[in-house]
Amino acid sequence: MGVFNSSTIEFESNMSVISIFFTALFYISLIVFLVGMARKIYQFWITPAPLKIPTAPTSLTQTGVVMRMMREVALFESLFKSNKWIWLFGWLFHAGLLLVLIRHMRYFWPGDLPEIFLLTQPFKYAAFAMVLGLFGLMLRRIFVERIRYISAPSDYLMLIMLLIIGISGAVMTFTSNHTDVIMVKEFASGLVSFNWANLPTEVHFLVHIFLVFVLMAIFPISKLLHVPGIFFSPTRNQVDDARSKRHISSWALKQEQEHATRLEQALGKDE
Amino acid sequence: MAKEFDIPVLPTYLEIPELKEGIMDGEGPFKSAQEFQKPLGFPGEKIDNWQQVAIDKMGELKSKYRSVQVFLDSCVKCGACTDKCHYFLGSSDPKNMPVARQDLFRSVYRRHFTFAGKYFPKLVGAKELDDDMLDDWYNYFHQCSQCRRCSVFCPYGIDTAEISMAAREVLDAVGIGQKYCNQILGKALTIGNNLGLPEPALRDTLLDLEEEIEEETGVAIKYPLDQKGAEILLITPSADFFAEPHIDGLIGYGKVFHQDGVSWTLSSYASEGANFGMFIGSYDIMRKAALRIRKAALDLEVSRVMVGECGHAWRVAYSFWNTLSGVGAGATDEFGQKLQDQLDHRYPQPQHIIEYTHDLIQRGKLTFDKSANDDRTVTFHDSCNVARATNMGGIPGGQFILPRDVIKAVCNNYVDMERSTIKESTFCCGGGGGLLTDDLMEIRTKGAIPRMQALKAVERDNGVNTLTAICAICKSQFSKVLPKFDFDPYMIVSVHQLVSEAIIMDKPQTDTDDATSAETAET
Ligand code: SF4
Ligand code: SF4
Repeated sequence: MGVFNSSTIEFESNMSVISIFFTALFYISLIVFLVGMARKIYQFWITPAPLKIPTAPTSLTQTGVVMRMMREVALFESLFKSNKWIWLFGWLFHAGLLLVLIRHMRYFWPGDLPEIFLLTQPFKYAAFAMVLGLFGLMLRRIFVERIRYISAPSDYLMLIMLLIIGISGAVMTFTSNHTDVIMVKEFASGLVSFNWANLPTEVHFLVHIFLVFVLMAIFPISKLLHVPGIFFSPTRNQVDDARSKRHISSWALKQEQEHATRLEQALGKDE
Repeated sequence: MAKEFDIPVLPTYLEIPELKEGIMDGEGPFKSAQEFQKPLGFPGEKIDNWQQVAIDKMGELKSKYRSVQVFLDSCVKCGACTDKCHYFLGSSDPKNMPVARQDLFRSVYRRHFTFAGKYFPKLVGAKELDDDMLDDWYNYFHQCSQCRRCSVFCPYGIDTAEISMAAREVLDAVGIGQKYCNQILGKALTIGNNLGLPEPALRDTLLDLEEEIEEETGVAIKYPLDQKGAEILLITPSADFFAEPHIDGLIGYGKVFHQDGVSWTLSSYASEGANFGMFIGSYDIMRKAALRIRKAALDLEVSRVMVGECGHAWRVAYSFWNTLSGVGAGATDEFGQKLQDQLDHRYPQPQHIIEYTHDLIQRGKLTFDKSANDDRTVTFHDSCNVARATNMGGIPGGQFILPRDVIKAVCNNYVDMERSTIKESTFCCGGGGGLLTDDLMEIRTKGAIPRMQALKAVERDNGVNTLTAICAICKSQFSKVLPKFDFDPYMIVSVHQLVSEAIIMDKPQTDTDDATSAETAET
C-alpha cells in the first residue's frame, strides 16, 4: 500500500496496471450483477400469476409452503425424488460452494473476522465437495445421452468455469502454490472499503478471480437465474387454497371489470 | 393422414429408452379450419406476418404469466425431467423429453428476448422462429398432455404444461389451431356441451336412462334437467350422458343422490364439465366456458355446485373457478360476493362427486353389498389433473385418499399399482390435454405404455381385472388403447360404477314421491 495513502492520486499511482484492471472489473461486474438482478427480480415480482397452479404434493397452508420452499432450497427435495445421481452431485456442489463462499468472507471483511465465521474453519475441505460435484455433473452432461442432447455450449462452459474456479482455489489452499493471503485480504477488503490495494499476481489467483467476476456479471443473463427463480416458481410457492380464497391477477380483474374481452364481441355478451 | 405404426410390445420393466431422433416427427394433429377458428376470435389460417405476431404474443404471454417468464429463465438443463414424460418413455423421441419440449419455445425466447440469445445465439442455443420451428411447435406441443408429471420432478417446479399452453396460444394467434379442440370449443360455447347435444336430445337421453334404470332396479331414479330451486347443480363431462363406460358412472351418481334424498339437477345451458379452454391455454375462452356454469347456477338458484368424474374439469373447477367465475368462497369483490351469497358454505364450493359420496359413506348414509363387486380385483388410475393439480376433502393428499376410500368401501379386492406410477407420480393415460383424437392415435398408444406396463404388472401379480378412473378422457383413452396391449377394453370403469353395483337402494326417507314409486315397484 502506498506511503501517501491519504492522497488518492498518490495512492493510485502506486497500484499496478493489473490491479487497476481487476479493481475496475470487480466494480463493473458488481454493478452489472446488482442492476441485472434487481431488474430481473423486479420483472419476476411484477409479473402476475393469474391462476393457482401448485403442483402436488401441495401445501394447504402458508406455513406449509414456507417449509416446502425451505426443503427445496436446502435439500433439493424434488431433485432427490427425481434422480439420485444428479441430486448427489448437485447438492455436493451447492453445499460445498456455500461453505466456500462463507469462508471467503474473511478476505472481504475489513479487520478481524467476527468469531461466528470461525465456525466454518473446519470446512476447508468443502472445496473438494464442490469440485467433486462439478466433475460428476460434467461427466453426466458428457456421457448421459439425454443430458448431452439438451446441453448447449453455454452449459458446458458454465461447468468449466466453475471447475476452474474451484480447482484454482483448491490449488492455492492445499498445494504449495499459496498466494500471499495478507495481500489478498488487503485487496479484497480494499474493494469493500474503497481502500484499494495491489493484488498478488500469481496466474492461478488471477484466473480464479477473473472467472469469479465474469460469473458475477453473467449471473442475471444466464441460467444462474434459477437462484431467484425457485422462489418465484408458482408451482412451488403457491398455497393450495383456491376454493376458499379468491386469487385474481390485476390484468384479469381489469378485464373482468371492463367486460370487454375479445370473445364477448365474437360470441355475444354474457346473457 | 395419421400414419400407420406398429403397436409396441409392452416391456416387463419400464426402461429409459435410447434416443431416436425424429421418430415422432410429423405434421401433428389435423389443423383447424376457418369455421372453427373465427368464432373463437382466431385467424382462420396461417397469417402472413405470423412471425412478428408470434413474437409479440410471446412477449405478451410472458408478461401476463409469471410461470412462463420464470420457467423460461430458470431451467439449468440438469436433465432430471428427461425420463419423466410418458410420451418420451413410450416414443424415444428426444423432443418429447420435457426440457427439450420447453426448449422449442425457450430457444426462440432466448433469441428474441435475452441479451445472450441476441448476441451469442449459438452459445446459448437460441434459435429463430422459422417455418421448421413452427412446425415442430405444432407437432410436439400436441404431443404433451399437460399432465405436469415433469413439474413434480423438476427442482424448480418447471411445468412444461404451462409452456405448452403458451405455445398453443401463440399458434392459435397466428391462425394455426388444432381442429379437435377448437371445433369442440365452438360447440361447448354455443350449445353448452362438447358433443353439441341440444336440450331436447339431452332431455330424451336422460328420460331413456331413467326408464332403463327403473326397469333394471325397480327404483325410480330421476335425472332432473333444468330444475329450478334444486339444491345441487351437477356439472359433469358430457361423455357421461352417452358413452360406455361413462354412463354407468352417471347411473352411480343418480343412485347416490337418490339415497341421500337430496334435490339436484343438470343444466342444459351448462351441460359440460370439460373445459378445453385450458388445453389451448386461453384464459379468456376458459373463462367464457366457466361463466356458462355460473349463469346456470344463478338461473337455477342452486346452493351447491358439484362436479362429476372428469380430470381437467376438476382442475378447472377446483383451482380456477373461484378465479374465473367466483364459484368458490372468500370473495372480496362485489360480483363474487353476489354469487357466493347464494351458495351454501357449509359445503366446499365446488365439491367433487367423490367428496360428496365419501362424506355420505363416512356419515353412514349409504349401505353397500360389497360382494356385488367380488368378481373384480380393482386398481385405481390417478388422473393427472386430479392428482397433481387439485385436492379433495381439504386434507393433504386427499385427492389420493378419498377415491381409494370410496372404492374400498364398495369392493373387497383392491390393489395399487407400483408407487412410482401412482399418486403425484401418476403416469398419464396418454390421451389428455386435447390429444384424445384419432389423428393422434400413434402418440396416444405410445404414451400409454408406462401406464399399461404398470397395469400389466398388477394383472400378472395380483390378478387385477378392473381399472377404475375418475376422468372421462382417461376412460375413453383406455377403452381405445387397452385392447392394443391385450387387455379387456371393458376393464376400465368409473368409480361410481362400482358404487352403483354395490349400493343397496332402499326407500328414501325424505322424498315422498319416490317412496310411492318404490311401493308400486314392490306390488
Ligand atoms: S428438471 Fe427442470 S431444471 Fe432440470 S432440465 Fe428439466 S426443466 Fe430444466
Ligand atoms: S406435462 Fe406431461 S406430457 Fe407434457 S412434457 Fe410434462 S410429462 Fe410430458
